[in-house]
Amino acid sequence: MSEKNISLTLRVWRQAGPHVKGQLITYHLDDVSTDMSFLEMIDVLNEKLTLRDEDPIAFDHDCREGICGMCGAVVDGQVHGPETATTLCQLHMRHFTDGDTIIVEPFRSRAFPIIKDLVVDRSGLDKIIQAGGYISASTGGSTDANAMPIPTQTAEEAMDAAACIGCGACVASCPNASAMLFAGAKVSQLALLPQGKAEREKRVWSIVHKMDELGFGNCSNERECEATCPKEISISHIARFNREFTRAAFVSREK
Amino acid sequence: MSWTVRMLNSSIGRKQIMAVTGLAFCLFLTTHLIGNLFIYAGEDAFNSYVEHLHSLGPLIHIAEMGLAFFALLHVSNAIVLIIRNRLSRPTRYAKYKSTGGRTLASATMPYTGSLILIFLIFHLLTLKFADHTDKTVYDLLAQSLANPIYAGFYILFIVAVGFHVFHGVWSAFQTIGLNHPKYTPLIRVAGILFSLVITAGFASIPLTIVLK
Repeated sequence: MSEKNISLTLRVWRQAGPHVKGQLITYHLDDVSTDMSFLEMIDVLNEKLTLRDEDPIAFDHDCREGICGMCGAVVDGQVHGPETATTLCQLHMRHFTDGDTIIVEPFRSRAFPIIKDLVVDRSGLDKIIQAGGYISASTGGSTDANAMPIPTQTAEEAMDAAACIGCGACVASCPNASAMLFAGAKVSQLALLPQGKAEREKRVWSIVHKMDELGFGNCSNERECEATCPKEISISHIARFNREFTRAAFVSREK
Repeated sequence: MSWTVRMLNSSIGRKQIMAVTGLAFCLFLTTHLIGNLFIYAGEDAFNSYVEHLHSLGPLIHIAEMGLAFFALLHVSNAIVLIIRNRLSRPTRYAKYKSTGGRTLASATMPYTGSLILIFLIFHLLTLKFADHTDKTVYDLLAQSLANPIYAGFYILFIVAVGFHVFHGVWSAFQTIGLNHPKYTPLIRVAGILFSLVITAGFASIPLTIVLK
C-alpha cells in the first residue's frame, strides 16, 4: 500500500480533571501519514502541542498491538473507531480521508468517571472480577495434560469468553452503559469449566449485585457490545449469564 | 424470602420479569387477534364470539386480572429500568453511531411501549368500559373505526405494537437465557414473522371498515 499524507480536523474532548467541566476543542493536523495508527496520530499532535507549550492530550495506551485492553476512545461516535474487531491502537489512518473531521471522546458511563481528557477510571471492571471472577479452590500444581477431560467444543467456548481484554468497549458502546458482556464473559468462561462449577451460584450472584451497585446499566439486547467488542465476544455468553443467574436464584442454599 | 426479593430487584431479575410478562402478552395478542378476525365472518359471528367469551364467567375475570397484574409488572419494571439506564450515562456522547447491533425497533422500545400504554387505556375506555346498554361490541367497534382519524390512530398504534414485538420476542428469549446456535436464528425469524402477522392482522380490520 502506498503511503500518502492527509489533513484532518480533530475535535477532541479536553477535561483538565475529574470534577472540571470539559469541552470539545478543535485541532488541525496536516501531513498525517496514512500508515500511522490512530494513537500515533495523537502522539504527533501531542508533540506539536508540547512545542506550543500546551497541555498534551491524555489518553490510555500500553501494548499498542491490540492485546492489552488499555487503549480506547470513541471515534466519530464509534468505540475503538469504525473498524470491527479492532482496538483503537490497531485502527490506522488509512481508514480516513483527506479533510475529515473526527470527533474523539472518552468512554462515557457513570461507572467510568473521567480522570483527564480521554482517560477514564475503569476500575469498576476490576471490582466485578473481585466480586466473583475467580476460583478460590486450591488447585495445587498444574495437572497433567488431558488428566481432566474437557470436550474440545466446551474448551473452545470457554476460551472465546476468556479472550476478553477488559477494555470496556462493551460498556462504552452500550446505549445503557451496561457491563453485561464483560461480566457475562467471565461468568460464562468459569461456568463452562469444571474448576468454575464449584462456586458458580455464589459467583453469579455476587457479580450481578456488584454490577448493579457500581451503577452499570441494564442490558436491553441492543447487541452494540457484540458489534464493537475487539475480541468479538458473542452475546450468547450474556444468555448463559442470565441462565446462571436464574439457576443460582433457585439452586443456591442462601436464603 | 430475602433471596426472591434480591433476585427480583436485581437488574437481571427485573429484565426476566419483563421477558416473561412480555411473552405472555404475545400469547394474549394471538388469542385477541384470532377473536377479532371473527369480524370477517359477519356481525352475528363476531357478536356470538363476544358472547361466548363472556359466558366463560369467572375464567375470563381471572384472565383479565392476570393480564392487569402482568401489565402492572411490565410497566413498573420498564420505568425502573429506563430510569436506571438513563442514569448510567449522565453525559451523552456528542456523537453516537451504531456499530450495527441495534435496530430501529430495539432503539425505540421505551417509546413504542409508551404509545402502547396510551393506546391500551384509550382502547379499554372506548370498548370495554363503554356504555353497552343498547349497543353490541360490534356496534361500538364499527362506530369508532368508521371515524378515519380514530382508525388512523388505531393503525399507528398497531404499528407501534409490531415494532415492540419485533425486538421483544427474541430479546425475551435471550434474557431468559434461551440462546442456542440451533434455535436462536429460528426464534429471530419467528419473532419477525409474528410481529408482521400481528401488525397485518390487527391493522386489516380498521382498513377494511374505512375502505368499505
